[in-house]
Amino acid sequence: MTINEVQNNIIDEFSQFEDWMDKYSLLIDIGKELPVIDPKFKVKDFLIEGCQSKVWLHPSYDGNLISFTADSDAIITRGIVALLIKVLSNRSPDEIIASDLYFIDKIGLRQNLSPTRSNGLLSMIRQMKLYALAFNAKNK
Amino acid sequence: MKDISEIRADFPILNRKVYGKPLVYFDNGATTQKPQCVLDSVNEVYESYNGNIHRGVHFLSDMSSEAYEAARERVRSFINADKKEEIIFTSGTTGSINGVAFSFGERYIGHGDEIILSTLEHHANIVPWQMMCERKGAVLRVIPVNDNGEIILEDYYKLLSSKTRLVSVSQASNALGTILPIKEIISAAHSANVPVLIDGAQGVQHGIVDIKEIDCDFYAFSGHKIYGPAGIGVLYGKEKWLTSLPPFQGGGDMVDKVTFEKTTYNELPFKFEAGTMNYPAAIGLARALEYVLSIGRENIELRENELLLYATEKLSSINGLIIFGKSDRKIPTISFHLKGIHPYDTGMTLDKMGIAIRTGTHCAQPVMDRFGIAGTVRASLCFYNTKEEIDILADGIEKVKKMFS
Repeated sequence: MTINEVQNNIIDEFSQFEDWMDKYSLLIDIGKELPVIDPKFKVKDFLIEGCQSKVWLHPSYDGNLISFTADSDAIITRGIVALLIKVLSNRSPDEIIASDLYFIDKIGLRQNLSPTRSNGLLSMIRQMKLYALAFNAKNK
Repeated sequence: MKDISEIRADFPILNRKVYGKPLVYFDNGATTQKPQCVLDSVNEVYESYNGNIHRGVHFLSDMSSEAYEAARERVRSFINADKKEEIIFTSGTTGSINGVAFSFGERYIGHGDEIILSTLEHHANIVPWQMMCERKGAVLRVIPVNDNGEIILEDYYKLLSSKTRLVSVSQASNALGTILPIKEIISAAHSANVPVLIDGAQGVQHGIVDIKEIDCDFYAFSGHKIYGPAGIGVLYGKEKWLTSLPPFQGGGDMVDKVTFEKTTYNELPFKFEAGTMNYPAAIGLARALEYVLSIGRENIELRENELLLYATEKLSSINGLIIFGKSDRKIPTISFHLKGIHPYDTGMTLDKMGIAIRTGTHCAQPVMDRFGIAGTVRASLCFYNTKEEIDILADGIEKVKKMFS
């Protein structure tokens, strides 16, 4: 599946629910599927700090695809992190750099990405792209 | 006193829905909502007599200058200051404290001097002093707090010394709700000849503030936290201090005579009001203060105490809910933590139920460090809130517990 196909699937999944409590329940369940970061990487180098919640993100690159593991101290944040990883993990650096993440807005979670909310999510997306750029540079 | 439905009808926003649910607004510590009369008064400035203050020779300029100066007089009488010249309009509490920190620092602070603050301070009453201390080589000393979230007066008395140049503390803690014993703080400082600044951002809207009675040297508060517009604040300063301090900003209207060699400054209060002030907001603030007086400050205090008691009892009965800040004397602000649940999850979920609360460190990280917590959930109430809304919050918290544990 392409990045956009995965995004569209997520949008479909969330569009079943009108009620926010149901959306959050789904988000909590999705958070449970998150490929959890190895505790040894749960250190400052891999921490993306926001003033509301923390996110740890670790990339690995096999020369072809980048995969991510992560975690957060807040469950809703963890759910969104899991969604981002669903969309961007196991992709080539070029795919990640070129990606346009529209699903967050479409499922109504844009509020979580406002720069002042500073829960680390906006920085997380930036960080995922930066890793992709760095791995790309290493390749060349 | 107006009954609660009449009071709520004065605030149009309280009637709205969010996410299809009736709004429960418990973030009054961050900003309060505005009564229609305040909205009308600001609108009226722009609609019928807008002109830059203190400058023009024309009708509109005269009219808005007059309304602006009437607003200053309204503020003076509201806090019972001695003179109108002691009331400086600023952008807010932060602007007021930054101004004093700069000017007082320039005039009176040298290497090794000390400023006393408390652990309960908002960042707005920490960072400006820190910046000044860095510039001047001065040192901050901090009054500790006990487990109830009250400052320890005996430790404060020990901090006062011949090196102390100023004490700056809040009237009430924004993070925990504790009301500080400012009378004791001020009288001890004064017996050591030390001036005191009171950060009234969380105090002025919850009861009677009588400057002559508390006898502080500086008092700062924000318009938007007392039902007025954003972007306007007040700095009260005793005339003797304001006369001796240099201005904190230079510009138009604050000057007497300007040449490229030397500028002499205008008299009080204009010396501290450089540039075009936010006069429509000042006029709106005056209207807000009149509104508060029409409800009655004793009435507000009584009603808020009743809400605080009810909310404390209701929330304390929730299993796994821990309240931080257990002083007997509090503003209606309750900071709490739900065992095993991140404040962010609580806040985001309550939001979707229409309940506006704040989560995080509340711009008071040293308080959080004192209690060893990463943040809290804060419900800050005011007189237009109701017991029914507190019940909605309590039910919401039970739902949050079910979802996240």
